Amino acid sequence: MAERWRSALLLCLLMAASSLANSETPVSSSTGNETTGTGHETAAITTLPIVTWKWHHVEVPYLVALWVLVSWLCKLVIEANHNVTNYIPESALLICFGFILGGMIWGADKVQTFKLTPTTFFFYLLPQIILDTGYSMPNKLFFTNLGAILIHAIIGTCWNAATLGLSLWGCHQGGAMGNIEIGLLQYLLYGSLMAAVDPVAVIAVFEQVHVNEVLFILVFGESLLNDGVTVVLFNVFDAFVSLGGGAIDAKEIVKGIVSFFVVAFGGSLLGTVFGLLISLLSRCTKNIQIIEPGFIFVLGYLAYLTAEMLSLSSILSIVFCGVCCQKYMNSNMDENSIQTVRYAMKVFANGSETIIFVFLGISAIDKTIWVWNTGFILLTLFFILIYRFIGVFILTWFLNRSRLVPISFVEQIIMGYGGLRGAVAYGLAVNLNETKIKEKNLMVCTTLIVVYFTVILQGVTMKPLVQWLNVKRAATVDLTLVEKVQNKVFEHMLVAIEDISGQIGDNYWRNKWRNFEEKWMSRLLLKPSARKKQDRLFNVFHQLNLQDAMEYVKEGEHRGSLEFIRNESAFVDFKKKFGEDYEEAMPDIMAVMADDQGSAMRLRRDPVPSVSLEMHEQNMRGLREAEGINSHYLLDQHLYKSRKQHRYRFSRSHLDINQDENEVQEIFQRTMRSRLESFKSGKMGVAPPKTITKHTKREPQPKMPNGRNKPYHSGDEDFEFSEGDSASGYDTSFPMRVGYRAGAGIENPAFMPDLDPSSPLHIPPWLADAGLEVNPVAPSERAQVRTPGHLHRLASLRTSAQPGDTVRDRNLLTPPPPPHRDDDHL
Amino acid sequence: MGSRASTLLREEEIEEIKKETGFSHSQITRLYSRFTSLDKGENGTLSREDFQRIPELAINPLGDRIINAFFPEGEDQVNFKGFMRTLAHFRPIEDNEKNKNPPATEPLNSRTNKLLFAFRLYDLDRDDKISRDELLQVLRMMVGVNISDDQLGSIADRTIQEADTNGDTCISFQEFMKVLEKVDVEQKMSIRFLH
Repeated sequence: MAERWRSALLLCLLMAASSLANSETPVSSSTGNETTGTGHETAAITTLPIVTWKWHHVEVPYLVALWVLVSWLCKLVIEANHNVTNYIPESALLICFGFILGGMIWGADKVQTFKLTPTTFFFYLLPQIILDTGYSMPNKLFFTNLGAILIHAIIGTCWNAATLGLSLWGCHQGGAMGNIEIGLLQYLLYGSLMAAVDPVAVIAVFEQVHVNEVLFILVFGESLLNDGVTVVLFNVFDAFVSLGGGAIDAKEIVKGIVSFFVVAFGGSLLGTVFGLLISLLSRCTKNIQIIEPGFIFVLGYLAYLTAEMLSLSSILSIVFCGVCCQKYMNSNMDENSIQTVRYAMKVFANGSETIIFVFLGISAIDKTIWVWNTGFILLTLFFILIYRFIGVFILTWFLNRSRLVPISFVEQIIMGYGGLRGAVAYGLAVNLNETKIKEKNLMVCTTLIVVYFTVILQGVTMKPLVQWLNVKRAATVDLTLVEKVQNKVFEHMLVAIEDISGQIGDNYWRNKWRNFEEKWMSRLLLKPSARKKQDRLFNVFHQLNLQDAMEYVKEGEHRGSLEFIRNESAFVDFKKKFGEDYEEAMPDIMAVMADDQGSAMRLRRDPVPSVSLEMHEQNMRGLREAEGINSHYLLDQHLYKSRKQHRYRFSRSHLDINQDENEVQEIFQRTMRSRLESFKSGKMGVAPPKTITKHTKREPQPKMPNGRNKPYHSGDEDFEFSEGDSASGYDTSFPMRVGYRAGAGIENPAFMPDLDPSSPLHIPPWLADAGLEVNPVAPSERAQVRTPGHLHRLASLRTSAQPGDTVRDRNLLTPPPPPHRDDDHL
Repeated sequence: MGSRASTLLREEEIEEIKKETGFSHSQITRLYSRFTSLDKGENGTLSREDFQRIPELAINPLGDRIINAFFPEGEDQVNFKGFMRTLAHFRPIEDNEKNKNPPATEPLNSRTNKLLFAFRLYDLDRDDKISRDELLQVLRMMVGVNISDDQLGSIADRTIQEADTNGDTCISFQEFMKVLEKVDVEQKMSIRFLH
């Protein structure tokens, strides 16, 4: 009902627009048309007009605004019903709406007055989308897989371009396309513009499909970085076409290759410079917090335009601008500004994407551009698909030989199938020079058809394909319970061993980068208050956790079941790097956000399976069978996913938190709890109570110091829990002192001097990576009570002042722990 | 740092480890760097805390158990040899190894030894049997909070039923191997170590 009158509204608006346009010159032509001036130079007026019709006065902005409104209304209509978007991706539906609208305008005007012009697309619609992707890029994931991404982007795109161009040319020579005037160079040019996988289309389709994070970042990263290659190839071949075939010699080819490096690296470098500029700027904007959010948009756009101006790769520029400035922006800016930026980016990006797809649809309904050549079109489609798959398979075969986690076959198929072409190809095609390339219209048409094919057809079939592949692999064998459990055990084992054995190469470089970054860049780009805040937050956090832990021990002590020797002090080793390490692990899993409601693949955590409802009617044997089914079902639903399966989604439209995070939190809390228990039992010689009502989670990992590490801690103010779950290796000789100053609260300077200057300032990026309210480090119960989930608010928190003498009670000591080792220590 | 010099790996050690575990020279040196980077105390051995410092293990349901598996019975420090010995279980079984004359003792990464490693994850008290309780513990670690104890208990019971052939309500190692004979253990329990 509501839908109907929404559609009606849409139609009315449309009619109004087309009728207006009907009588006026089209938007796509220059605005300085002859009729604009009419408002002013009409025939001399004879009497004072009260109200005049000033259409020409407002024509251009009015039409622009109207079209934006219409596109967004289309999206509204589409999203009204989630059932449809489950099967057909939104982008496909938007294109169809575009068809309808285009048809209506065509019907009204007999000419396509509104088209997606390259200028509009490249200058006004694309930048914000790419800025959004750069800004929300999960940096760690991206840079870890950068090698694979680059190989796919560079080699894969070149392969696509070359093979497409050459095959089409071959077919042309073979006569499959009839009589068209396209030479080899033009074929190569065409190949280069069709080769690039389009980021806009990829995101739009992958939103429907849940793929794991590695796969996602590979396809997505490739689609972003291949712009460098596309731009170069396109320009090179364009220039070659202009020069004519004869003028091409080795020198030109070498120049072509050099230009690739210049364009790609130059673009990235430029983007990085702009990113640093923004970060520096955000450091100084304390007094203008109200327009703080605006800077990123302006500077991002300038990065894009500057790269265009210098004929470098503009997409790469804006991507790296976003990638570089994320962390510092999120640390330096005020909380409200951060939110504003995030939301505004999503609005712009989403809005632009909608407009692009609608106009892609509209642009098709134009008789003037339609040239149909069956051979050309069909062969193009065929070759694009085939070569994409071949390229992906070959490249991943090479990559798998040096990857720790190989990319599986199913994932390769998804990668190949996910090579969607989109508006970028169309924009480049329309930019072709007609005089040099006679068959421009044919190329434009084919590009449009390929875009429709990939976005609509591949988009619609992607999800079923994935489901079928997964189901197929799982259903081949009916697993027993033991096998199921054991498979999961294997998965977790492998993940753990991978983490333990580590990747030295990465770690080495990552550590170097981290040190460099902490020393120089953070000093330069982060506000001093931001740097201090991180530590303070962390400290408070830590202290709250600590207090909980200590109270727990104290309770036990009062119960009299703990025996320990009173000593002066306790060290708590607050490893700053620890938090940073956690930050690295967590965002991997919980990096970004998507809400999942419509997805059919989501398993609901329903502990009561419907099978049990039927148990009454069954006899005993049936009962046992039902139990069996029950068990399988329960296991399937509730086994924790291993890290390989964790889902990552970059979503244009959702800012919520990934459900999987709950799992991770659970596991984390449980592990911490058990470690704490075993620590206690080891130290205190008491078995921890079976039911622990208080969730003491200790965030920092206690370290067992030995003599050599003492100089690591400065003076009195150090705090250290030593974990004594092992009977041996226990150094009882070192003094443990409580340096915890009562009532020092968050201003505890104890922790300040303690900070090594290279201390990582990682809460904001941690938050930033994780997004919004998520608090990846499990806060202690007390912290939970006080902090409504938002870490930043901890800054204003004061821990309750403890009377000085009870502090001494809260000592953690070093008894000679009893040799009994708790079996619960897992 | 000066203290490192004393713990540098000697050639003979590398050879020994190579013979025992089958890792290549470069793999061993690489893993040695990893070992030293984990060894914050710089005393040539790793303690449990060193492992627990790896943050990813805290969010692995079986993290602590796997850490345990590195430490020989009753000990709390593991040296590099022990470290490599445990990691050797995860080496992929190469084809050429199958063709060569089988060495005197079974290589650490044979199917049986891999399964033994997995078995020991459950069997904490080393009585060569997985009791219902031990199974329950592991299941509980791997499953969310939404399964009640009863449900989990019944799952454990059924699991034991499937595997238990001699009716002692425990799973022995032989039964364990038998019930997993169709599973491709070689592939599921191998990771490729970088050179």
